[in-house]
Amino acid sequence: MRQRVAEELGRMLDHDDRLVVMLAAISTALFEAARARHPQRVVNVGIREQSLIGVAAGLAHVGLRPVVHTFAPFLLERPFEQLKMDLCHQGLGAVLVSIGASYDFPEYGTSHFCPEDVALLDALPGVEVHVPGHPDEAVGLLPGLAAATGVGYLRLSEASNATAVTMSAGRLRVLRQGSQGSVIAVGPMLDPVLKAVSDLDVTVMYAITVRPLDEATILESLAEPAVAVVEPYLAGTSAGLVSHALAHLPHRVLGVGVGRRDLHRYGGRLEHDLAHGLDPASLRSTISRFLRPSR
Amino acid sequence: MTSKFDHAAQVPAPGAVRPAAYEDLDGLLDLLSGDEKHSSASTSTVDLLWVLYDRVLRVRPENLDDPDRDRFVLSKGHGPAAYYAVLAAKGFISPSVLPEFSAFASPLGHHPDRLLIPGVEISSGSLGHGLAIAVGIAVGLRIQGRREPRVVCLLGDGELEEGSNHEALWLATLLELSALTVIVVDNRSSDLGWPTGVGAPFAAAGWMVERVDGHNRGELERALRRRSETTPNLVIAATGTAL
Repeated sequence: MRQRVAEELGRMLDHDDRLVVMLAAISTALFEAARARHPQRVVNVGIREQSLIGVAAGLAHVGLRPVVHTFAPFLLERPFEQLKMDLCHQGLGAVLVSIGASYDFPEYGTSHFCPEDVALLDALPGVEVHVPGHPDEAVGLLPGLAAATGVGYLRLSEASNATAVTMSAGRLRVLRQGSQGSVIAVGPMLDPVLKAVSDLDVTVMYAITVRPLDEATILESLAEPAVAVVEPYLAGTSAGLVSHALAHLPHRVLGVGVGRRDLHRYGGRLEHDLAHGLDPASLRSTISRFLRPSR
Repeated sequence: MTSKFDHAAQVPAPGAVRPAAYEDLDGLLDLLSGDEKHSSASTSTVDLLWVLYDRVLRVRPENLDDPDRDRFVLSKGHGPAAYYAVLAAKGFISPSVLPEFSAFASPLGHHPDRLLIPGVEISSGSLGHGLAIAVGIAVGLRIQGRREPRVVCLLGDGELEEGSNHEALWLATLLELSALTVIVVDNRSSDLGWPTGVGAPFAAAGWMVERVDGHNRGELERALRRRSETTPNLVIAATGTAL
């Protein structure tokens, strides 16, 4: 996903002279060719993540569109006040493109994990959040992000669904209609969710743009007011918004995602999926219990 | 995005405000009330701000959207009374908004807001943010091929404690941003002090550094007009006990 996005950004630099790629010592090799063609518009600030966001704000200040890229914790958590003050409060925009997701590189440990990212961005006003589940979907989001003026977040992952889904911008897509409840699968959670609910009578919706969340489609496809939202980041991040969509009805909402506990574990991504109950078998059991709660 | 200048009614029409003289600043400052907490921060910058807006910066109320204007980035946003007085003296804002300073619906708070005040390039308050934004503005102007505008960023000696400044000042060197000038107002407000001088971190990064009396308007103007062809430059404006 990262490689495809880097290649596409390189091509976009050729045609859009407002675009500037900002790096902080991460993924620099992937942008080497683009940098050779556009030495002024591929800027590596080194390991200076506060400056990374501040400089991006300055670029936006003169009317350029910065695309800012590094590992999620160093893009969002270390310079969080810069996101709040230099971008949001100033009314300046940027495209923030992260890698690493919740635990894509488990061998690096917790410092490189960022299951908090979407929850943190929820604390800021007006940030668009996109969680593609396939490289084609990630690349397809780039023109819209480049053309926008606000703050947009593109969460890239090493995890990917087997095939891309054709989406209309900003909308959820209903993949299956069922009668016992709804499951919203976000980005790379789609394949595990489809496996998990293959024999369950549920509606399945797919989301890659989660902020703003397409509440209308949740309502329109609702057969039974029980909605589970399965996200590849902190469990419950979108539960409040789903509940907001159903506020006029008695309803049940379940947030499924990454747990808050620091596991102090390395290993592989699938082992972390298992540890957080995000493998198909665990998801099947969690969703089944939610649909038929014991009284 | 918030629309700029919700308080547009208070923006004077071009030519409606008679440009004031340096001698008028005291009267304008008197219109601002409730700035006791920040009064020393404010009076330490009044001469400097006057020199910038009267003699150095190529920015006028009539050219606020000119991409070739000079950019003044006030990073040290606390104690803005002198800034507001100078903006009023130069016709960016109407003197009539000064008395409602810091009221709920006033465009003027204890830290300036760029979306509320014409001519204010950045909203500030949290220390250590302005320099990186100024670096970004200078990089962006270079990308656009604009060689005329200079970018002037004002920091305080206390603010310099924030580590973000030290990221950004080295970055300015490494990116060879000769369009960038930083002014550090040294009024000895750093609790722990700078034993080797507030200019030391900049000098170590290869900046051209000059220290002047922050109340001597002639010296300030001369120092602010002096530039390096290849590196950013620092002017230390010493005031109060730092003189």
